[in-house]
Amino acid sequence: MNWLDSILQGILLGGLYALFAAGLSLVFGIMRLVNLAHGDLIVFAAFLILMLVSTLGLNPFVAALIAGPLMFAVGYLLQYHLLNRTLGKDILPPLLVTFGLSIVIQNGLLEAFTADSQRIPAGALEQASISLGGINAGVMPLLTFASAILVIVGLNQMIYKTALGRAFRATSDDVVTAGLMGIRPNQIFAIATGLAMVIVTIAALYLGTRANFDPTAGPARLIYAFEAVIIGGLGSLWGTLAGGIILGVAQTVGAAINPEWQILSGHIAFLLVLLFRPRGLFPRAVD
Amino acid sequence: MNLIETSNLTAFYGDFQALFGVDLVLQAGETIAVIGANGAGKSTLMRSIAGVLSNKPDAILHRGEPIGALAAPDVMARGIALVPEGRKLFPSLTVEENLLVGRHGRKVEGNWSLETIFGLFPVLKERRNQPSTALSGGQQQMVAIGRALMSNPEVLLCDELSLGLAPVVIKDIYAAFPRIRETGAAIVIVEQDIAQALKVADRVYCMMEGRVTLEGRPAELDRADIHAAYFGAETHELA
Repeated sequence: MNWLDSILQGILLGGLYALFAAGLSLVFGIMRLVNLAHGDLIVFAAFLILMLVSTLGLNPFVAALIAGPLMFAVGYLLQYHLLNRTLGKDILPPLLVTFGLSIVIQNGLLEAFTADSQRIPAGALEQASISLGGINAGVMPLLTFASAILVIVGLNQMIYKTALGRAFRATSDDVVTAGLMGIRPNQIFAIATGLAMVIVTIAALYLGTRANFDPTAGPARLIYAFEAVIIGGLGSLWGTLAGGIILGVAQTVGAAINPEWQILSGHIAFLLVLLFRPRGLFPRAVD
Repeated sequence: MNLIETSNLTAFYGDFQALFGVDLVLQAGETIAVIGANGAGKSTLMRSIAGVLSNKPDAILHRGEPIGALAAPDVMARGIALVPEGRKLFPSLTVEENLLVGRHGRKVEGNWSLETIFGLFPVLKERRNQPSTALSGGQQQMVAIGRALMSNPEVLLCDELSLGLAPVVIKDIYAAFPRIRETGAAIVIVEQDIAQALKVADRVYCMMEGRVTLEGRPAELDRADIHAAYFGAETHELA
């Protein structure tokens, strides 16, 4: 039963990693942009929610509803005015600029909030759990996983069933021809990053209510997000969820064997996938 | 007033000059053909009018207004649609999605809709849910034409429709043009196939090395003159 428990906790943890990764996967899928500041933006959003909770006394879920549109605006403006200028045939400029952005965000948060660890208070939900056939599962991890599924279903519906989604895919295929259809790639990229920041806000809500975070916590979140995206296959959202689950299960099973092996076993699972399936488990058919 | 007018149009790819002062006029409802050998600058001319290549504002006029410096989405929004060379369909979109994306920037009601495009090219209706990459070259060309028509353009720019297609397929595609003309759209056809171009066009421009070397109505043009303008040779009969 102990193993089943570890696997269940790992699957639920995978939901959090999938949330970390979904925005990264969306942005990469549409504009081939690797955002090295993604983890720091998650932490930034967590501080934003914390600020709304502590200054206005809001419930964290209500605070996230307010933070979501604000983060959309941050993402839109960031992409439109900064990151779009770095896109082109050379992959180095976006890497350098987002790396710099990561440092700016970390130091800005240090100035504003100090290096102390923080946590978003979620009240009774923090400890609440339900029994699933003899295994106890926390309500927050269950909510996290359900949110990850909802985010991925929602993104897939948007990408494959709406005019905006068609524009996303067309722009991803061929920027010049998309322009001939009246699609404005700079605007499409900005909307995509805005949406990624809304997902980042959801990830930040669960990161902040489940664990402590501090201004330098972003890069580790980025690594988990990268690993989930690469395990799942670049550009595939369901693959990203699968990648998150594989990473989460590897970590919890590793921790069940020896608590010191938690992080290591996640990285080993990632390396094994890279070794045997370098394009990930569910790569996009068209790249 | 001319629908489209280029005056002293130039175009560059880096330091390489591809167009040297091209003057072209398109009237409402008219079909013109631009012929010329590979590298004559025909596609560059189309890409310039469509806004893919930027120019001086008044180098291209649409209904007398300068559009030379507009970006492609702004040109498209004015009702100027390009069927690009090589079709350039979106591989991750189905046939129907490729058609629908054609009206993204200009949702104007008119003669063309999904149903009328399927009426023009019935084979596309049967294959509407298939990826565009699963189609033959001729069917892909039909999608590319349909995609451009979905915005109900007043100017349809067609770049090398016959490129890489079998003669029987080219015939099928050109058979659709009388119906497109009936809707009142002005058409610019870029072709290497001189006979095909002369058959459908009201007027013909011949280009060579980035310059217009001949202009006139097909019935008025002498075959030897076209040959000279096309190849730069003074003699020899047109094959």
